[in-house]
Amino acid sequence: MSALLLATEAAGNEAAASFPVLSALVVLPILGALLLLLLPNSRPEYFKQVAFLVSAAVGGMAIWVLTDFQTGVHAAEFQLQNSHTWIESMGISWHLGIDGISLWLVVLTGLIFPIAIIAIDAEHEPKAYYGWLLVLEAGCMGVFLALDLFAFFVFFEIVLVPMYFLIGKWGHGERAYAATKFFIYTMFGSALMLVGILSLAFLNEAETGILTFNLVELAESQMIATTTARWIFLSFALAFAVKVPLFPVHTWLPDAHTNAPTAGSVILAAVMLKLGTYGFLRFGVYLFPEAAVFFAPALVTLGVIGIIYGAIAATMQHDLKRLVAYSSVAHLGFIVIGIFSLNTEGIEGGILQMVNHGLSTGALFLLVGWIYDRLHTRQISELGGLQKPAPIFAGVFMVVMLSSIGLPGLNGFVGEFLILLGAFSAHRWWAVVAATGVIIAALYLLWAYQRVFHGPAEGDNAKMKDLTLREGLIMLPFLVGIVFMGVYPKPVIERMEPAVDALIQHVEDHVDDFDEPVANIGVVVEDHSEDETEGDH
Amino acid sequence: MLVQELPAPPVVTPDVVWSALAPVIALALGAILLIMFRSVVKRMPEEYNSIATIAVGPVTVLGMWIVGGLVGNDVPLSGVRDDIGEPLFYLGLIAILFLSGAFVRSLEIGFDAAFTVGVGLVSFVSTVELWSDRFRVPVQTVNDQGEVFISEVGAPIAAIGNQYGIDGFSLVFGGVIALAVVLTALLLDAYLRREGIDGPEMYVLLMLSATGGVIMAGANDLIVLFLALETLSIAVYVMAAMHSRRAESLEAGLKYFVLGAFSSAFLLYGMALVYGATGSLNLLEIRFYLEQVVIFDNAMLLAGFAMLLVGFGFKVGAVPFHAWTPDVYQGAPTPVVAFMASAVKAAGFAALVRVFYVSFIDYAPDWQPAVYALAGLTLIVGAVLAIVQRDAKRMLAYSSISHAGFILVGVQAASTRGISSVVFYAAAYTFMVIGSFGVLSVVSGKGDRGTGLDDLNGLGSRNPGLAFALTIFLLGQAGVPLTTGFVAKFGVIGAAVEARSFWLAIIAMITAVISAFLYLRIVLSMYLGAAAEDDNEKIAVHPTAVLAIGVALALTIGFGLVPGPIDQLANDALLTLVG
Repeated sequence: MSALLLATEAAGNEAAASFPVLSALVVLPILGALLLLLLPNSRPEYFKQVAFLVSAAVGGMAIWVLTDFQTGVHAAEFQLQNSHTWIESMGISWHLGIDGISLWLVVLTGLIFPIAIIAIDAEHEPKAYYGWLLVLEAGCMGVFLALDLFAFFVFFEIVLVPMYFLIGKWGHGERAYAATKFFIYTMFGSALMLVGILSLAFLNEAETGILTFNLVELAESQMIATTTARWIFLSFALAFAVKVPLFPVHTWLPDAHTNAPTAGSVILAAVMLKLGTYGFLRFGVYLFPEAAVFFAPALVTLGVIGIIYGAIAATMQHDLKRLVAYSSVAHLGFIVIGIFSLNTEGIEGGILQMVNHGLSTGALFLLVGWIYDRLHTRQISELGGLQKPAPIFAGVFMVVMLSSIGLPGLNGFVGEFLILLGAFSAHRWWAVVAATGVIIAALYLLWAYQRVFHGPAEGDNAKMKDLTLREGLIMLPFLVGIVFMGVYPKPVIERMEPAVDALIQHVEDHVDDFDEPVANIGVVVEDHSEDETEGDH
Repeated sequence: MLVQELPAPPVVTPDVVWSALAPVIALALGAILLIMFRSVVKRMPEEYNSIATIAVGPVTVLGMWIVGGLVGNDVPLSGVRDDIGEPLFYLGLIAILFLSGAFVRSLEIGFDAAFTVGVGLVSFVSTVELWSDRFRVPVQTVNDQGEVFISEVGAPIAAIGNQYGIDGFSLVFGGVIALAVVLTALLLDAYLRREGIDGPEMYVLLMLSATGGVIMAGANDLIVLFLALETLSIAVYVMAAMHSRRAESLEAGLKYFVLGAFSSAFLLYGMALVYGATGSLNLLEIRFYLEQVVIFDNAMLLAGFAMLLVGFGFKVGAVPFHAWTPDVYQGAPTPVVAFMASAVKAAGFAALVRVFYVSFIDYAPDWQPAVYALAGLTLIVGAVLAIVQRDAKRMLAYSSISHAGFILVGVQAASTRGISSVVFYAAAYTFMVIGSFGVLSVVSGKGDRGTGLDDLNGLGSRNPGLAFALTIFLLGQAGVPLTTGFVAKFGVIGAAVEARSFWLAIIAMITAVISAFLYLRIVLSMYLGAAAEDDNEKIAVHPTAVLAIGVALALTIGFGLVPGPIDQLANDALLTLVG
């Protein structure tokens, strides 16, 4: 029986090896960008179509990967691996693979890009605009798939360039300032990570005699002295903290979001912020389990500060887009405390919330972008009563907003609940404080909704166009995702759970006195969690 | 009889391996031929001129073939190729010759520039040929039983006795310098015409200076090194002052000359002290002496190190010996700056590494801290002063200082990885910097006036191609992945980390971010700055400049995506003890 299983597994792997689908996910957008470069300038209408087709093909492949992905025990392993030597003398290879943790982020990336491309037209210079978007897609895919630290760093860093140009050239307001701030902040974070990566590889070489940048080999070897590993972890953590962004280094985010073009904001929120949280999980916790346990309280604290701070700041914003941007700071804080709860519920909730935030905040930015297109303002005080002229628009906005708040039955609730459950076992009082963030989220989002959509509509507001069919179709995937994951998250969770368990097992194996923090708090909460798990699993 | 007559000892002349000198000979001979020809024929009639120029193409191809054959093991024009007698071969040859002529014609290049490019290519090809058999001298060993073995891997070539060595290290730098000559000549052609500067002097000096640079990379003797350095430097002093109608250019030349002479004095004094301490000027003999003899009172030797470091520090523009760099870079003709920042700097680092790694490696703990400090200072000052500049050329001058700091980070590692990272960095930086100054030279307009940051405003719409190229070069210098600049930084930081110089690595990366801010400023003004009203016309770019910038761009992106080949080259580019 097991031999049969092995045989089928080998066959499956062979079939996968015949077409390097993961490499294709990275390379195809690049080829698309080159194709755009070659298209003549005289037919600008083709640019968008080509870009959409390419990104849709990538999205199709991401779905294919999802269906190809083996569930059960194999979900803990890296599947569909694809490896080629890149720089031989340094032991660097082009090594891609996917597991239950990265799977959903790849799918999310594959779906968000075609939507962002089709939803908004380039304001000018469409060729370069769509070209940069495709390059960005390749970079994001690369980060989620890379299993080699060099390759990971390359992708992590290369995404800055397209985003820089998207904000700088197609943005609004103080775009030059925002673009430069974004670039410098993120580059500063990752600069030290480069030193960290090299230190890790060379110190590992000093112990084992093999110079490698392979993620799995480095994570399994764990030969580095504890204190050194903590320093290296800090260099990684800084890079990820800037990208997430965590509390003290978040200030680039509101500027970047506010001034970016709508598609840029959507991608920034839905995909690029996840590079940081994903990095924490894959390259922080997995590579440095001891340091992750050691620094977990500090990072959870920063996450909680981010939740409260982001929520309060969001409440005070006058600009709708800036409000959504600050709400991202709060949501990402939740994800971080989920991850650093270092238990199954927390990490699962974190991953789930990465996808949820991608869907709900991506959709919110899109809707805010459409409002701006129609009324040329994002100031909350200048808007009002939009519900009357645009009831469907308001309805869609409400569903998305409620998902962002975390209304039960929609996706945000599942993620936040799991995170709070995990955090409650690990850092009880922080979980209590974080939970108040949910309440403030309801406050600022509902208040904003009330001011924008309710009340009397005056002037231009009264003539606002409702959601068109095309826009409705664009919103449909978001709404389906929001409702589906809220009602029936089981297929999502069961694909990530083995990988998450394996990760926690890895931490337990390599950290002497660490046991997964589990809820040991009596009947009341257990009842509660049972209710939830029945719905979830 | 006071003096007893002894039979005169036989004069031992060193063995000269002429083929190993081919890259140097090509450059030197090219320079001499060009100046001789031009002093006889001042001005050719137009029709002869264009015929001569086009003829350079086929002649270069033949020259590459013949010299390459002479240098390598293949005998040229016979026997090597099976199809040498076939008609198809001649057809192919004729086609290639014809195409090369047509290509030269399409470039609209002048005779002198075409000639220089040809010489550079011949030098490059002979370097490549030497690379494949750089270990060709067979080594005979005899074992106890008296059997003779001839090793498969031979010893490296000692070109002139043990004064000048051909090893991987010198060959890579020789190749880089030869390519720098080619690209600079292409840039010069367009530049000199625009500025109305006639005459072949610039090209002659360019080739002479490159001759010095190639020798420097392989010099195994301090005197040879010094002579080569002076050949290189004096030619460049003149080149810097060549735009005699511009006061800045003259000032640059004079400044460069005075400070250069100053640094040469330091270098010489250092050599003298090292000679005093070790009794030899030959790098290998110094090494063997230092290996075998423990010098208790080593003050003289250490003072020698210090003086040498100061001298080389001036040449490569390391802080605190950098003060000449911004003024000279700003004033000198832009293509000359491209050459100074690439080839001259590369040659300086080659000599620095050769001297300190071959001779003084046993004293690494003594000189490493000094290089460490130099590297740190250079990085910080270069990056910080760069961001307050208002002139793009001056910015790039400061950024070239900070790049020198990065290379020094590799130097201070005092390890094999240190050498290969320095080689990689120098090669990568060469093409990025030639590309950036190439674009600036095209953009700045007549008289080199438009090099201010504001003059770049709107370049993105005035000439998207140039703007794109400059963007890539600048991002490469900032160390953004998928360019050679990133792999180069990765290499030197790796070397530093391997040598446990963590703090230097951190300083280097932080200054890289500071520099990135500077490069972004240039990019921003290209894409976001509004062009002045009268400035809005498209910029015409001469085909030679297009070629030079295009080649630099292709190398920067190509080897950024696939760094394997250059990385392999850099790993093989080890210093070998020739002699």
